[in-house]
Amino acid sequence: MIILQPRKHVSLRLTIAVPVLSVLVTLALGGVIFALLGYNPVQALYEFFIAPLARPDQIGNLFVKACPLIIIGTGLIFCYRANVWNIGAEGQLILGAMGAGWVALSFPEAESRFLILAMAVMAMVGGALWGLIPAILKIRFKTNEILVSLMLTYIAALLVDWVVRGPWRDPMAFGFPLTRTYPDAGLISRMPLPGIGYLGQLHWGVLVAFVVALAGWFYLSRMLGGFQIKLMGDAPRAGKFAGFHQGWVTIMVMMISGALAGLAGMIEVSANIGMLQPHISFGYGFTAIIVAFLARLNPMAAIAAGLVVALAELGGDAAQISMNIPKVVTGIFKGILLFMLLAGETLTRYQIIWIGRSQASTTTAKTKG
Amino acid sequence: MFDDLLLTVLLTSIPLILAATGELVAEKSGVLNLGVEGMMLMGAVSAFGFASLTGNPYVGILGGGLAGMMVAMVFAVFVLGLATNQVATGLALTIFGTGLSGLIGAPLVGQAIDGLSALYLPILSDLPLVGVLFRLDALAYLAMIIVAVVSYVLNKTKAGLILRAVGVNHDSAHALGYRVLQVRFLAVCFGGFMAGLGGAYLPLVLTPHWAEGMTSGRGWIALALVVFASWRPGRVIIGAILFGGVTILQLVAQARGWGVPSQFLSMMPYFATIIVLVLISSRGRIQFGAPAHLGKNFMATR
Repeated sequence: MIILQPRKHVSLRLTIAVPVLSVLVTLALGGVIFALLGYNPVQALYEFFIAPLARPDQIGNLFVKACPLIIIGTGLIFCYRANVWNIGAEGQLILGAMGAGWVALSFPEAESRFLILAMAVMAMVGGALWGLIPAILKIRFKTNEILVSLMLTYIAALLVDWVVRGPWRDPMAFGFPLTRTYPDAGLISRMPLPGIGYLGQLHWGVLVAFVVALAGWFYLSRMLGGFQIKLMGDAPRAGKFAGFHQGWVTIMVMMISGALAGLAGMIEVSANIGMLQPHISFGYGFTAIIVAFLARLNPMAAIAAGLVVALAELGGDAAQISMNIPKVVTGIFKGILLFMLLAGETLTRYQIIWIGRSQASTTTAKTKG
Repeated sequence: MFDDLLLTVLLTSIPLILAATGELVAEKSGVLNLGVEGMMLMGAVSAFGFASLTGNPYVGILGGGLAGMMVAMVFAVFVLGLATNQVATGLALTIFGTGLSGLIGAPLVGQAIDGLSALYLPILSDLPLVGVLFRLDALAYLAMIIVAVVSYVLNKTKAGLILRAVGVNHDSAHALGYRVLQVRFLAVCFGGFMAGLGGAYLPLVLTPHWAEGMTSGRGWIALALVVFASWRPGRVIIGAILFGGVTILQLVAQARGWGVPSQFLSMMPYFATIIVLVLISSRGRIQFGAPAHLGKNFMATR
């Protein structure tokens, strides 16, 4: 019989070792699965995790891939800290991109830099409102936010599909489902690095991602609002005695994470695509869930976590081209990684003790008596 | 015409009935498994693979169920053995299952199989109106039988009583000497097997090929159905048929050109899910049959 005994003290070493070990075990298990399915595991792991970093411009692209993951992941950390399960970031991202797109397409002649600011604001409003729906339904009708936010993701995907095929379609696009290209003032340009120049597709949005993660860390660890969120997540009863409102916290974290997902959507479109199309995101909203857990729900760590997960994404593209492995395989790595992280969470908090069956019954008897 | 329509609605609802009934049993034991979508995809790809290899769709049924059960066991080991967060572990299972099914299914894309053929029950299938109920395939009949059996076992037998007790209060059940983790393990495995069957129904009956992510959210709708059904097996059938009806209505509307953009029609099942969740959930949790310890992990006390 296995018994999980809470540890009295969790060392910092253990806190850092768990995510690192999780990544290593994930790589090993991924290799085993590749081998079982008849791919060369060493070559596959190489293509996935080392080949993408072979060229310096690819490093820039790694940051570009990590950018939406870091921003959305930071928002999700707020939710998960408060024990609110937003898994509809993908939909909030789409609504954000639509909000920004609406501004950009309404002012096709704009040249002012304010355009990009207005787009960012509308993106955050769009995402926050989409996140507000499950929050309000949860508070008012006690619906499950997981299911509602997920259903809203499917609806958002169909909504953007409709606008780019219908009302917002560029009449000059030869029937392709695309909107007009945003004006230049609505695009995010590439960011030159001092002494290096341009690095791949590295753009200014990446800087925003870093700022968001740091600001999120500051808010959660240093401000009363952040304390409120953590308290309502860990000990809702204590929070109530302290005068905090569960419903208010739910609304706050859902709107924060929705707004950040929306911002990520706007950056993704303005930096990489330049117009709306039926598919804006490649599941960033879902992948960011893993980033949040890999970061152990710490926004500062979301930067590193975002880069690690982005590497798996880039690797998926590379392996598809070089070894003809379908891109969904990245999902295997992401899934195993999340499994390992969750197991690691248990191993950090508890000691696992094996005891014989006879001993087990006596200990149980003792507690009962 | 009406018969055909009814039949299509029924067939569309079968995967939902299978997956939701399995999830219902797992949830009754207190385990919330959000990995239904992943388990269904594993079931779908395995069913297709086995049917394609052996040329026998009935082997596909078994293969699909077992594949769903195997990934459910992974979930069970984490959630029951290591007491990991059920919500996050379920998400991991869905992400993992989506990826693994894509990898396994890569060489199967573009192939076709012989699906399950309809078995007409003599005399009954000739009845007017209700006749369509007896023009289904083996897996659909099996689904109906399983729902009846699950309903009976849950409500009328001692095993069902133990399962429900574990879900309502695992500490009391443990104190009475029931093996909480063992009961939950079996319930999760059953849930996985049923989700696998639900997934298997897609390539074996609805569309005789394999495509990445072919469940397109049915696993999540099945989860919502359990809430809709207030954790009662019989109501799962009603709910699934309603959802099947909404899905088919959208196709009918498209075919008849009702002038509504197709995207809005495609949104209907998801909208319906949200509306149903609102209507059901506001009635209060305990009152409508949710297991009190749903989603809470059990750890034996010392």
